[in-house]
Amino acid sequence: MHVLRPLYLILALVIIILIVRTFWIADDFGIHEKGYMYGWYRQSNVEEWKNFTAKYRDGKFCVSCHAGQTQKLASSPHKDIECENCHGPAKSHPAEPRKLDLDRSRELCLRCHTYLSYPTSQRSKIKGVDPDRHNPGLNCVICHKPHEASKPGRS
Amino acid sequence: MNRRDFIILAIKGTAAVVLARGLDGIFRPADVQAWTLPRRFVFLVDTYKCIGCGFCVKACKLENEIPFEADVSRTWVERYVITGDGEVFADTPKEARYGFITGRIDQGRGRFKDIPREKIKKAFFVPKLCNQCAKPSCVQVCPVGATYQNADGVVLVDRKWCIGCGYCIMACPYGMRFFHPVLHVADKCTFCYHRINRDMQPACVQACPTGARQIGNIKDPRDPVGSVIRTQRVAVHKPEYGTEPKVYIIGLDEEVR
Repeated sequence: MHVLRPLYLILALVIIILIVRTFWIADDFGIHEKGYMYGWYRQSNVEEWKNFTAKYRDGKFCVSCHAGQTQKLASSPHKDIECENCHGPAKSHPAEPRKLDLDRSRELCLRCHTYLSYPTSQRSKIKGVDPDRHNPGLNCVICHKPHEASKPGRS
Repeated sequence: MNRRDFIILAIKGTAAVVLARGLDGIFRPADVQAWTLPRRFVFLVDTYKCIGCGFCVKACKLENEIPFEADVSRTWVERYVITGDGEVFADTPKEARYGFITGRIDQGRGRFKDIPREKIKKAFFVPKLCNQCAKPSCVQVCPVGATYQNADGVVLVDRKWCIGCGYCIMACPYGMRFFHPVLHVADKCTFCYHRINRDMQPACVQACPTGARQIGNIKDPRDPVGSVIRTQRVAVHKPEYGTEPKVYIIGLDEEVR
């Protein structure tokens, strides 16, 4: 019957698609905890995200070798600032990287110490300068010590 | 089976279970708690505490391997400056990855606006990140099941499965999604899922010097962030979209978009 030919073609296509699908789609792909609308995914991807490498450690990691510097920092107004904010992510230091990517730039200090008179923000409570007038072009660390911020003098 | 056989069988069965799992495995409180306490990660942003240093954005980009100089980011900080006559100025220069180091408002196309100090009546910073909505519209529109909400309520993107169609980027009312410039798949904040599962803080939370950013588990009754959300006045961003966002904000202003 000639009229049935398109039907056979469609059936063949459906079968081919179903066969391809069984090989193409991962076994753990399906409906999970959040139901069809939000929880339709490949389960092993959650593990893949869990195994993503962390780059930032924290201050406790730094103390284990650099106790002197962290102690100085702990008694300064900069105590709330994580070491890695300025020194860069520790990753698996000291193996990799051997030396951290320390940012000594003026712009790093200005992140907090550009004075902004914002009445409803804590920013205006921080001691700050007008960067256009306060020794423009010079790095702050020439005169100020980041680890002992309350003391004047060279770093 | 008579009563004697039954009791012997019960004793043998219990012994088999104990041998198989170990007494430790049955009675360890942490396991029992982990089983009874499901997790639902939530975020708390305090706009009064944010100083606009942008260390969160720097940490996020380096932690999550988003090219630093690319103009896309999983999190950013916005500045709002509102004058006495009701004019609103808002900017986020380079997503604030270098912080806010000038008082001049970035108006785009290289134009900057200096607002005199005495005119400013209200000014503040708002950190933005993925809301990990309970009803995420970005997930609903994905045609291939590459983005999803997992058991902890975090919305993730399967980078192997994403075809890069961009529907989810258009669907997010908060503009949180973007194309990863290297991998060419959709990308978004994961609450640093790899870190919170290792009992670490998300990179942005750890980098924040003022505690403006905090993460918690709303399903844990003793969680400090959860108790702030339950007992204090917090708001969510754009509730009218019905996505049930889970980033709670202290001091949210109506001008914040």
